[in-house]
Amino acid sequence: MVKTIQVRELISKNIKSTKNKYVDKLMPYIFFVAASISIITTIGIVYTLIFDGLKFFREVPLREIFSTRLAPLASNPSFGILPIINGTIITSIIAMCVAIPIGLSTAIYLSEYASDKVRKKIKPLVEVLAGIPTIVYGFFAYSFVTPLLMTIIPDLGAKNALSPGIVMGIMITPLVASLSEDAMNSVPNEMREGALALGSTKLEVTFKVVIPAAISGIIASFVLGISRAVGETMIVVIGSGSSKNFTFDITQSMQTMTAYIVEFTSGDAGSGTLGYYSLYAVGLLLFVFTLLMNLLAQYISRKYREEY
Amino acid sequence: MSIESIDSREPHFPKMYMSKGNFNRRILLDKIARKLFLSATLLALLVLGVLIFRISSQSIGWLNIKFLTSNLSIFPEKAGIYGVILGSLWLMLIVAPITLIIGVSTAIYLEEYASKGKVREFIRINISNLAGVPSVIFGLLGLTVFGRLFNLGSSILAGGLTMSLLVLPIVVVASQEAIRAVPNFLRDASYAMGATKWVTMRTVILPVALPGILTGSILALSRAIGETAPLVVLGIPTLILKIPTGIMDDFTALPIQIYYWTLDTVLVPEYINLAAATIIVLLVVLFLMNTTAILIRNKFQRRY
Repeated sequence: MVKTIQVRELISKNIKSTKNKYVDKLMPYIFFVAASISIITTIGIVYTLIFDGLKFFREVPLREIFSTRLAPLASNPSFGILPIINGTIITSIIAMCVAIPIGLSTAIYLSEYASDKVRKKIKPLVEVLAGIPTIVYGFFAYSFVTPLLMTIIPDLGAKNALSPGIVMGIMITPLVASLSEDAMNSVPNEMREGALALGSTKLEVTFKVVIPAAISGIIASFVLGISRAVGETMIVVIGSGSSKNFTFDITQSMQTMTAYIVEFTSGDAGSGTLGYYSLYAVGLLLFVFTLLMNLLAQYISRKYREEY
Repeated sequence: MSIESIDSREPHFPKMYMSKGNFNRRILLDKIARKLFLSATLLALLVLGVLIFRISSQSIGWLNIKFLTSNLSIFPEKAGIYGVILGSLWLMLIVAPITLIIGVSTAIYLEEYASKGKVREFIRINISNLAGVPSVIFGLLGLTVFGRLFNLGSSILAGGLTMSLLVLPIVVVASQEAIRAVPNFLRDASYAMGATKWVTMRTVILPVALPGILTGSILALSRAIGETAPLVVLGIPTLILKIPTGIMDDFTALPIQIYYWTLDTVLVPEYINLAAATIIVLLVVLFLMNTTAILIRNKFQRRY
């Protein structure tokens, strides 16, 4: 009885109130404005990078850009981009050499071998690794991993590509592990049971049934991992230093593209100089590369996903 | 079929279809692989343990009340992070309301108002790609737009706005999921009572989705509080002795201070201990925030 009265009251109140009608018509527009902020952000990023980046590409000849001499602050400045692209690729390769085996093993263990009880304990701990700020990893690489590696490799520099590469791999491990595990979990149990019933061991089920079925998600997790490694900043800034030499020696300091941006903005590069515009050119390359990687990951996981 | 006939067949079966040696080897391989996968998992956790243990031990003797309550100084014995903590708090004061309002509004638009067409798909793809843009690029955007174009320099406002754009996708995605999880019968009941769309949104959907939204927002804030690169690119000065009092003041935040102290350990070895102590403060803050998020999720999340 009481409830009926409330409903009637509410209805009559709503019919009478004209204020609600105006608000109701207005709200979609307000929400649309909010939603468009994310688009404006993208446009802003693309516009600033292209606008200032193009000034760089217009001034500097292509032959200089694709050279190995990077000396933006020298009296005879040169803007060869290959040293920092090289640094980025090498640190990323080291990181993926750590992240792929450990991440995939963790995913296999959690999804195929671990009991529910064990999984519930281990999974949150692995995710803690993903929540640690990258500056902390950078500190760890510089103050612990580098001195530790020095006992094995005496020639290792205080700043080197190896130690931040390894630590970056540890940072990316949870990403690879959790995305791969999701992919493997979505493989239906009937397929596992079928293979087990034919006499396969769990290892054979994993490598001959589960991984082939989940391969699109697993590869996508690797691609996203690479994208993260390429865009990672603080670990390589602290651990790998700012040497602009074109070298393949991982025991020496190398600068990555992200570290170049950080070094240059915290320096005294005045607005309008060529060095200042080089920042945006590097940013543009970085943006395009990570965007392509992210799109590739989405494409792989959508296109090659097997539906069960 | 009699029992004898099965018994008589059994000895032949394994001989015919598999060799025993091969079988044992396969079982052994499986056992070895299991141990390998487990040890790889534990290796990652071991690194986590070593990291926390090592940094804690470096901070012992340096992390005390005086360190938390006194101001920055170039002398390691006198240095404290009171102003740095305030800087991080000010930053959150900007980031929290901006991301909450814009993030939730975007999610409401995408889930409730946008027609399921190209616009919606475009915004969705745009947000997921924005989440993958390296944070240093957001720093460049902040430097160009907020720092130089709006002339905000490296103030708390410029840092806060940059950071808000960076973590916005996290809030949007979390809010979208929370709103999507609100069952349709609640909407229908509200409409049946004569409520308009906005009234339904305000009085039914948002209250039910609030725990999920809050959880996502806290996680976004914990990302913002630990993020360094955008602030470094904005050009936060190295040594700020003044304690920030408003959003237009220059500031320094916990991760930035860790970065500068780590860089300068070559000059003053004790800075490594100061950096370690600051990291512990940062990790404790992050731990508390994440615990709060999990508590909110577990306590208030209703399943229909």
